Amino acid sequence: MSEPKRKKKETDANNISDYAIYLDNVSKTFSDGVPALSNINLKVKHGEFVFIVGVSGAGKSTLIKLLLRELKADSGTIYVNGFNLMNIRHGRIPKFRRTLGVVFQDFRLLKDRNVYENVAFAQRVAQKSEREIRRNVPAMLSLVGLAGKYKHKPKQLAGGEQQRVALARALVNKPRLLLADEPTGNLDLINTAEIMKLLETVNEKGTTVVVVTHNDKLVNDMKKRVVTIKQGMIVSDAEEGGYFYED
Amino acid sequence: MKIRTFFYTVEQGVVGIFKNKWFTVATVATISACLFVFGIFYAIAFNVANIVQTAEENVSVTVFFDEGTSEEGIEEIGEMIGRRSEVYRYEYISAEQAWEDFSVQLGEYAEGFTENPLANCANYQIYLSDVSKQNQLVNYLKGVEGIRKINKSDFTADTLSGINMVLIYVFAGIILILFAVSVFLISNTVTMGISVRKEEINIMKYVGATDFFVRAPFVFEGMIIGLIGAAIPMGLLYYLYGIATAFVEEKFAFLSFLTFLPAYEIFQYLVPFSLLIGVGIGFLGSFFTVRKHLKV
Repeated sequence: MSEPKRKKKETDANNISDYAIYLDNVSKTFSDGVPALSNINLKVKHGEFVFIVGVSGAGKSTLIKLLLRELKADSGTIYVNGFNLMNIRHGRIPKFRRTLGVVFQDFRLLKDRNVYENVAFAQRVAQKSEREIRRNVPAMLSLVGLAGKYKHKPKQLAGGEQQRVALARALVNKPRLLLADEPTGNLDLINTAEIMKLLETVNEKGTTVVVVTHNDKLVNDMKKRVVTIKQGMIVSDAEEGGYFYED
Repeated sequence: MKIRTFFYTVEQGVVGIFKNKWFTVATVATISACLFVFGIFYAIAFNVANIVQTAEENVSVTVFFDEGTSEEGIEEIGEMIGRRSEVYRYEYISAEQAWEDFSVQLGEYAEGFTENPLANCANYQIYLSDVSKQNQLVNYLKGVEGIRKINKSDFTADTLSGINMVLIYVFAGIILILFAVSVFLISNTVTMGISVRKEEINIMKYVGATDFFVRAPFVFEGMIIGLIGAAIPMGLLYYLYGIATAFVEEKFAFLSFLTFLPAYEIFQYLVPFSLLIGVGIGFLGSFFTVRKHLKV
């Protein structure tokens, strides 16, 4: 290997630990030959708050799936929280995912378990002791304002409350990175504002937050870094950017 | 496995059984129905095999000795017969014993004889371990010095060994088909039940659960369901076996050959085998079905 190339690799390796997300020239094509993402370069430093925006079908969900290692990229380099997702072993994926918090548009709560058990589940998976669970779960439910509803089943809660349970579950293991895929997609304006406020609080406490959305008002109000994806490519990446919806 | 993971697995497994009531009932019913039919055929097969075996044990070859053969010579022939693998047991019938037995059949006509008409009829009654080997033994006996005559029953031996072969093939075929149908039905039921819980498995995986952590409660649940599904038909069959055999023996008392094995002889193998099948199918069904959903 030539000297300049080796130096570049070493520099990159040193830099990777600075980033919660490090994507270099990442591409993904679906099995039917349709390209989903092309040559994506995205670096998100620890502690950042980033919106990823784009119209439906732009490639936002595919990007989230790559970051969760639900899908594997065809080419490029992906590091998330220091894990190399291009050659991570299947058995190490759970350990990697415990460094993340994930929130989905449809909440994805365990329907048969109450609020407390839904949040505690993330702790059980991480092999926490009952004593830790009894300490951490109520604290997290207080943070999201649901301490009084810990015995409720998901179907007894409103949409905004369900999303707050999902957020509590995502945060209870103190993840370094929170991925939120359209977290306000099913919520009204008031609940949307509450959830976004919670995400800001979490970010202020040091967690990197990446929010995927196509809600232009939300993005424009928050004045955060905005990465825009169009037809599988990053077309803009702006600090305190805006999003001008075009479908 | 950590002790708290073990308790979590057991707790969630038991919770799963009650949580998915209809799935549990459907799976238990499928396993029970399959193993019930399987058990019936097993019991019939063993009893028929027993009847045939009893009949076979009464098939004998009789050998008579050359005139003037000494007692030592007869004993020597007996030892040679006893060493043969085809022989189940053999019995020496002296001329006196032969006449005494025959006199019983003759009744009052026997009194007309002043001398033993069977004086030259001392013999060995040889019972076979396997009737299909009768000819093999007879061929050997033909070459033994001191044997004058050999009586055998080709028809009985051939018929019984024919029945034996047919029974083996028919019952092995039926049991294999039933087993395959059971596995198919049960794994389908398990697959449907677990597919409904695909979302639950996905959520667990997103939160960072290992494959083992996700799978263990399902597998435990599957094994318990398999065990219950196998235990029910075994209990039912044990109860019904006594009633059914007593009924058949009473109604068909004129068929002297119709005897049934005691329940414990049938169930000492059937019960552990069925429980093993139930637990095994529960284990494999849930293990492989959950695996399909773990690739998240």
